[in-house]
Amino acid sequence: MTKHSTGQKPSGHRGMRPLNAEDLKALGKNSKKTIARLLDLLKPYRARMITVFLCILISAGAGIVGSLFTRTLIDDYITPLIGAQDPDFSGLIRAISVMGCIYLLGMLSSFIYSRLMVTVSQGTMKKVRDNLFSHMQTLPIGYFDSNTHGDLMSRYTNDTDTLQQMLSQSIPQLMNSSITIIGVLCAMIYTSPLLTVLILLTLWPMMKVSGFVAGNSSKYFSLQQAALGDANGYIEEMVNGQKVVNVFCHERKAKEQFDQKNEALRKNAAEANKFANILMPILGNLAHVQYVLLAVAGGLMAIKGVGGMTLGVLAAFLQLSKSFNMPINQVSQQLNSMVMALAGAERIFQLMDESPETDEGKVVLVNAVRDGDTLRETSRRTGVWAWKKPDGELVEVKGDVRLTDVDFGYVPEKTVLHDVTLYAKPGQKIAFVGSTGAGKTTITNLINRFYEIQDGEITYDGINIKDIKKDNLRHSLGMVLQEVSLFTGTVRDNIRYGNLEATDEEVVQAAKLANAHDFIMRLPNGYDTMLEGDGSGLSQGQRQLLSIARAACEDAPVMIMDEATSSIDTRTEAIVQSGMDKLMQGRTVFIIAHRLSTVQNSNAIMVLEKGRIIERGDHDDLIAAKGRYYTLYTGLQA
Amino acid sequence: MIKTLAKSIREYRRETILTPLCVSVEVVIEVFITYLLADLIDLGINAGDINYTIRRGLLLICCAAVSLMFGALSGRYAAIASTGFARNLRQDMYYNVQTFSFANIDKFSTAGIVTRLTTDVVNVQHAFMMLTRIAVRSPVMLVFSLIMAFRINGRIATVFLCAIPVLAVGLYLIMSHAHPIFEKVFHTYDRLNRVVQENLRGIRVVKAFVREDHERDKFTEVSGSIFNDMSKAQKIVAFNGPLMQACMYGCILVASWLGANMIVANDMTTGQLMSVLTYAMSILSSLMMLSMVFMMMVISRASAERITEVLTEKAAIRNPEEPLYEVKDGSIVFESVSFRYGGERNCLTDIDISIRSGETIGIIGGTGSGKTSLVQLIPRLYDATEGSVKVGGRDVRQYDIETLRSAVSMVLQKNELFSGTVESNLRWGDENATLEDMRRACKVAQADGFVSAMPEGYQSEIEQGGANLSGGQKQRLCIARALLKKPKILILDDSTSAVDTATDASIRAAFRSEMPDVTKLIIAQRISSLQDADRIIVMDNGRIADFGTHDELMERCSIYIEVYESQQKGGDFDD
Repeated sequence: MTKHSTGQKPSGHRGMRPLNAEDLKALGKNSKKTIARLLDLLKPYRARMITVFLCILISAGAGIVGSLFTRTLIDDYITPLIGAQDPDFSGLIRAISVMGCIYLLGMLSSFIYSRLMVTVSQGTMKKVRDNLFSHMQTLPIGYFDSNTHGDLMSRYTNDTDTLQQMLSQSIPQLMNSSITIIGVLCAMIYTSPLLTVLILLTLWPMMKVSGFVAGNSSKYFSLQQAALGDANGYIEEMVNGQKVVNVFCHERKAKEQFDQKNEALRKNAAEANKFANILMPILGNLAHVQYVLLAVAGGLMAIKGVGGMTLGVLAAFLQLSKSFNMPINQVSQQLNSMVMALAGAERIFQLMDESPETDEGKVVLVNAVRDGDTLRETSRRTGVWAWKKPDGELVEVKGDVRLTDVDFGYVPEKTVLHDVTLYAKPGQKIAFVGSTGAGKTTITNLINRFYEIQDGEITYDGINIKDIKKDNLRHSLGMVLQEVSLFTGTVRDNIRYGNLEATDEEVVQAAKLANAHDFIMRLPNGYDTMLEGDGSGLSQGQRQLLSIARAACEDAPVMIMDEATSSIDTRTEAIVQSGMDKLMQGRTVFIIAHRLSTVQNSNAIMVLEKGRIIERGDHDDLIAAKGRYYTLYTGLQA
Repeated sequence: MIKTLAKSIREYRRETILTPLCVSVEVVIEVFITYLLADLIDLGINAGDINYTIRRGLLLICCAAVSLMFGALSGRYAAIASTGFARNLRQDMYYNVQTFSFANIDKFSTAGIVTRLTTDVVNVQHAFMMLTRIAVRSPVMLVFSLIMAFRINGRIATVFLCAIPVLAVGLYLIMSHAHPIFEKVFHTYDRLNRVVQENLRGIRVVKAFVREDHERDKFTEVSGSIFNDMSKAQKIVAFNGPLMQACMYGCILVASWLGANMIVANDMTTGQLMSVLTYAMSILSSLMMLSMVFMMMVISRASAERITEVLTEKAAIRNPEEPLYEVKDGSIVFESVSFRYGGERNCLTDIDISIRSGETIGIIGGTGSGKTSLVQLIPRLYDATEGSVKVGGRDVRQYDIETLRSAVSMVLQKNELFSGTVESNLRWGDENATLEDMRRACKVAQADGFVSAMPEGYQSEIEQGGANLSGGQKQRLCIARALLKKPKILILDDSTSAVDTATDASIRAAFRSEMPDVTKLIIAQRISSLQDADRIIVMDNGRIADFGTHDELMERCSIYIEVYESQQKGGDFDD
């Protein structure tokens, strides 16, 4: 138990609830596959697991022998000596020595299997975690859209925790208890088949009673979990909005609703714990009653001489029966935690079964040198990039991107982009304007294949992007997203995220280009300043500058940019703006524009509405056309 | 700490005291049952006395019934007491949080408060149950079993007495070695969670920069460190079982040898030997339990400390002794006000302004110039560090807080809608508002249009945080909610940033025509949102840089002119 209480994060309490019939059904049905996969994970440890099993066998065996030891000792070695004139203790010494050896063997094997299980369970857990994360990295963006972060996180916390507990505790204990039960049962049958039948008969009502209590407890534990979720959800929402509560003097109301949910939680938790708490006293005391019944029944039989019962046999049998009930209770407890662990394992495997992003592309991105008119592949970084087709042909990366008749929907039934056709010649700037939900971001997410188009074609330097290896395609597209995500690490690490091979010098260069250098130098440790919690110490504008610097560090021929709408003050905004301008120079750029200056400087403007391009052209064309763009523009001037 | 927490036991005092009492009775009877069982075998079965067996058996069953009763009672009381205690803890914390001012909330962070109210309470509830049951059970069991063992045979019992310190020292050594590693692992777990969380949040960045492998490396490094530390710690803990067995088996062997000698010498019966060995097991296993309880206590101590922090936090802003219950008008005066959030640096310095009731005031300035701090002093969300803020001619600290905040309606920069319907959200402003009132407020805030267009109008469901509304829609609903308070002063802290320019203008026009008597303070980044205000405050570095009409500022205020010109060049192109 100590292992459990310390080995787990103190947070994330899972209510241990007793098993009910439904659980058992679930265990039998759904979990067969899960168990098979878990066994598969344990395969590399096959030799160890066999050793563990043998050790548990020895250890449990030593336990059983131990529980019989005193009786044998008394009957066979001590009683004969009573009243002897010159008692010979040598037999006794031998018996005790033999027993000592058996105990030592049991101890040794229990030590060995505990240590072995540590490696097995921790090794398996590491593999599960690594596989889980590794596989998650291959999943398409759509998967992350449709699953909440909290839900995905819980696979790494709650689900792996229960699994770990099962591997390191439940499995060995279950083996131990089962072996003990079988061993004791055999010994009981050997001692007295008649009494064995009797004990099994009394076991039945005991199981019934405990099943009833456990069922109730289980019911209320589910209710408690629901109430807990409800209360926690309410707390989270209200505390997050606490400042609004203050402003609106809503404190009294907030208390009333809280009290209701809090009381509901208390009631269910109290019921659930009541039933769980009385289970042990009931089982323990029923065992005493069972003992008395056995003793009386056996005693009567012995006196009447029924079934060859003798007092010695009865005493031995009663001793055995003590070792019988405890492992049975343990098995039921361990099964219970197994059910929970299997549910967790199932959720983990579910994530691992999600199909990864498809990537059938064969065209790769290579460094090249110009050799007169022709290109030659090289391994050093030249600044000149080329697409290498499977047949070895090299095509220079210029940044010519074309979309032809592209249709797209996040779900097949609902198309959100219709017949989008547009092209960007190398070095051109294409601006997207339109209201929220018009499909601006969606288009940019198709170019880097965050999502797969349903119909039509997208080409990059004349190559269908489906034929380009996904990683290489994305390497050739720089991205500045509207929502800046930074990672825990130094400022330098964060900029280098764009290009892991960048030298310190190149990082500074990128920061200078993005206008981020000045503010970075003012940070306490300059480029070595640690950022934590998504760069929470930085202002919105500073985070954007870092995100631009990161893209500058990657130095891709095509840029996809999403201008930030969040309100930053005018001066910072001017700095961010000029950083973006510098980054755009000499590259093909797709920009989701919110600012007039950006739009005016574009080669072409696409006005989007409800997933269609409704107007296109440069600023002057569109003003002259007096369409949607004109209204947007003049509305702004008013 | 314990004193503070114990205050939350309240109406569950009876159950809290009864639990350990019942546990004690249960344990004593249990020890007695052990004695009876031995007796039954010894004098009943072994002696072949069936009558004695039946008599003892009946007594045993009665004892079992009593023990069952007390066991069940203790379980019941423990459940009631611990869950009730947890409820009270949650309630006390939550109620105290309701008295918190902005300064208190900032101190803990909302995530910190949520963790304390949820996970930490559950941990403490667990510890509480342990403390009232197992922490009582084990020592009582230990002592009584020892007494019984001594009563049967002092010499053998002394053997157990020797085993106890061996086990205790062994357990202590194991724990003191393993515990620091476990502590370390907890932190590594946090790191692991952080890597996953950052990965999830920045998944688009990861994919756009093709950094999947880099992320994998980061993760494997952390998971590897968990593997190493956990293995190390658990390998130490693996000594637990063998240690326990060594003590137990050792006791049995030594006791058997001694017992055998005594039996042969007629100083002891075989039955006595059997029972004395049973007590040995009880003694050692209760010691084992005790070590587990101790470990649990160590773990939940951190939770208990965090809870105490919230419970003992004093609200920074409280009602005055004899509060005023009426706000005369919407005039606002700042008299040499300075303010800081704590720390050294002033956020506001020497603010002196006077605003007449019914005026519309624009406020502009860079990030961190103190705009938000300035307006938050008016409804007393924070108290000024120096100087005095007056509303309706009286210092804000003289008003009843609820009265003041009803008169001063503020739309926060980071505003929240709550899960419920549009209507239930609007009712935050006025509980007794009629549908007509709501429509009127929504019309002014330019929200009636889209609300009516929603499938169920004002009954439409709003998801948590208003997730099913656009940024502009959320802001407009928040304004409507603030209007329903029928305030004397209305403060909009950058509350129309996501609203398009035309709608923004309509909102301001509606303010002018519908509520001319209300003093309006509008913070904005866009000069177009402010230029028709009666006067405009220009903030710079926590000071008032200038205060005047648009035309005046265009003549004399260089900061204002600079902002104006930059916005003329590149305005906002969004809707």
